[in-house]
Amino acid sequence: MRKYVPKDNVQKKAYYTDRFHVVPSVPTQDVSTDEIFAKQLDILSSKVEIKSAYIQIGQMRVEINHQDNYRAIEILKNECGYEMLSEMSAVDYLAKDGTFEIFYQLLNLKERKRVRVVCRIEQGLAIESVVPLYKSANFSEREMFDMFGIVVNNHPFLKRILMPDDWEGHPLLKTYPLQGDEFASWYEVDKIFGKDAREVIGPENRDPARIDRYDTKRFSRVGREVPFGADISGGEPETPIEYSSTLLVDYNASQTQLKNRK
Amino acid sequence: MQQPNKLSPFFENLNFERDDNTMVINFGPQHPSAHGQLRLVLELNGEQVVKAYPDIGYLHRGIEKMAENMTYNEFLPTTDRLDYIASTANNYAYALAVERLIGLEVPRRAKVIRTMLLEINRLLSHLFFIATHALDVGAMSVFLYAFREREFGMDLMEDYCGARLTHSAVRIGGVPLDIPDGWLTALKEWCDKVDYELENTYNALLEKNRIWKMRLENVGVLSPEDALSWGCTGPMLRGSGIAYDIRKEEPYELYDELDFDIPVADTNDSYGRYRLYMAEMKESTKILRQLIDKYGETEPQLMAHAPQYISAPKEQIMTQNYALMQHFVLVTQGMRPPKGEVYAPTESPKGELGFYIKSEGEPYAYRLKCRAPSFFHTGLLQELLIGTYLPDVVTIIGSTNIVFGEVDR
Repeated sequence: MRKYVPKDNVQKKAYYTDRFHVVPSVPTQDVSTDEIFAKQLDILSSKVEIKSAYIQIGQMRVEINHQDNYRAIEILKNECGYEMLSEMSAVDYLAKDGTFEIFYQLLNLKERKRVRVVCRIEQGLAIESVVPLYKSANFSEREMFDMFGIVVNNHPFLKRILMPDDWEGHPLLKTYPLQGDEFASWYEVDKIFGKDAREVIGPENRDPARIDRYDTKRFSRVGREVPFGADISGGEPETPIEYSSTLLVDYNASQTQLKNRK
Repeated sequence: MQQPNKLSPFFENLNFERDDNTMVINFGPQHPSAHGQLRLVLELNGEQVVKAYPDIGYLHRGIEKMAENMTYNEFLPTTDRLDYIASTANNYAYALAVERLIGLEVPRRAKVIRTMLLEINRLLSHLFFIATHALDVGAMSVFLYAFREREFGMDLMEDYCGARLTHSAVRIGGVPLDIPDGWLTALKEWCDKVDYELENTYNALLEKNRIWKMRLENVGVLSPEDALSWGCTGPMLRGSGIAYDIRKEEPYELYDELDFDIPVADTNDSYGRYRLYMAEMKESTKILRQLIDKYGETEPQLMAHAPQYISAPKEQIMTQNYALMQHFVLVTQGMRPPKGEVYAPTESPKGELGFYIKSEGEPYAYRLKCRAPSFFHTGLLQELLIGTYLPDVVTIIGSTNIVFGEVDR
């Protein structure tokens, strides 16, 4: 029987997992263990509904409703001193529960604190843009839209950023294969030569490690070299290997390079 | 967005003919001053920029996607290709994120070596900045001198790890190699040389150079508010008068034990940033000299002892059965960090380089996000360039010091 490969998550899986393997978790601390975080969480929780909050590896992680993202980040910026949005992006959990997890990584320069605001959003829903608060979200939100297809409301210029404008599919989704999909393999052929050339050129090789055993135009086997483009489907003759004498230098003899420099 | 059909195919280029007086030009993606693959669409009124649109993605290789399909150790050499001017900084930022995730303490000697490598890389990157920035602005000779010193620094890296650009000189849990004989002496000599050249060559050529000052002063003025709002970090942030250096504020490795200053420029312009880079290089050589003294006091252990995550040293693998089994499992299956998430910020030569890793307890990261400083500095261009003149565009791009390996990832 063919091995079952789930279609909703094509990420590489461990080929073997011990039956008794228990996944440990990174330890978390309660927010009350840190004075500054506790104070900031108080301010936040009085105005926005907090789903969960804890400290992990020195940074606070606050989960909120996705409708509150602008409000929560506004409070953090104006009342808690988080002046910089270092990073924001999403994590694809569509295969598990049909949602994306969007995170905003904020930095408070005065108190040297970092907080991560996290919200879950269902596929097909749009998130409110935080560009009016932080201009750095301009590029980040575009990247999130490009990579996951999450639409951002009220973004000044929501357009693909890393992929071409006419690209189909969103590469960081778990459903998107690592080597690219059908569209990706024809993209350049179609664009440069036109669809009519598909039969002549064939799909693009998107596996950089692929080696065609009988391709004598790009590869040659050491010890079995043949003329360029020769047909070797019937086997190829062995050629004796000749070593250049200039290669026989004893690099371990001394550290000449260092000595020469001195 | 365009609607392509058979008669009007899709064009990457915008419409070049316009009704008003402005002209649209493409700056790049093959322009030598664009520092790689930056395509900047500029709308010009005469020579003044009315609108700027940085178009990126020409070097997009999907490194974050690759990270999801590689084990943690497999991915490390790929991080070299982010900021290829100072690749050890990327290796380190990634290794630090994974180490924090699994809660690993690195041996002291590894810390000393790592900090040394990071500072060498900072010098390499800053020398590259001085060289290319001066070249962009028109001072060709500085390029030649700075590359000479950079070459010596790359020799040092080559002596340590065997590679000049793609170092992979840091491993998760430590460093792979001890310092070779005579390396510290060579490093000391290089520090002296860089210090000497900084003062007597680059500074002498540029600091009071009339043309250099005319081209840089009051060009690319970035207010502190904008710098924060655009997520600028590193020299771009400190060039706007905000003294925030992650090495000092959120110290990692040995930076809390070292004595160094954080230079700040409050002129907010390209000239201030240039002087900041020069001052930072002096600080880096100061740090390196302190580290040379610290190296002698350390124990010879290079990799952390954590059999669940890190392979044993080579001698043990070759002699002890259990170490070999552990190594086999770690190579074939990969390490499995605990479930959780981490964001580890580091101060790379360009700014805040951080890796966000979401682990689900699998040998493959569920999500890895690379927070690259240059990405945000490129985003800033769309505002910073407006109102400037075309020759200043080159200065400003040079001054932001963006590297496209990490912009496009």
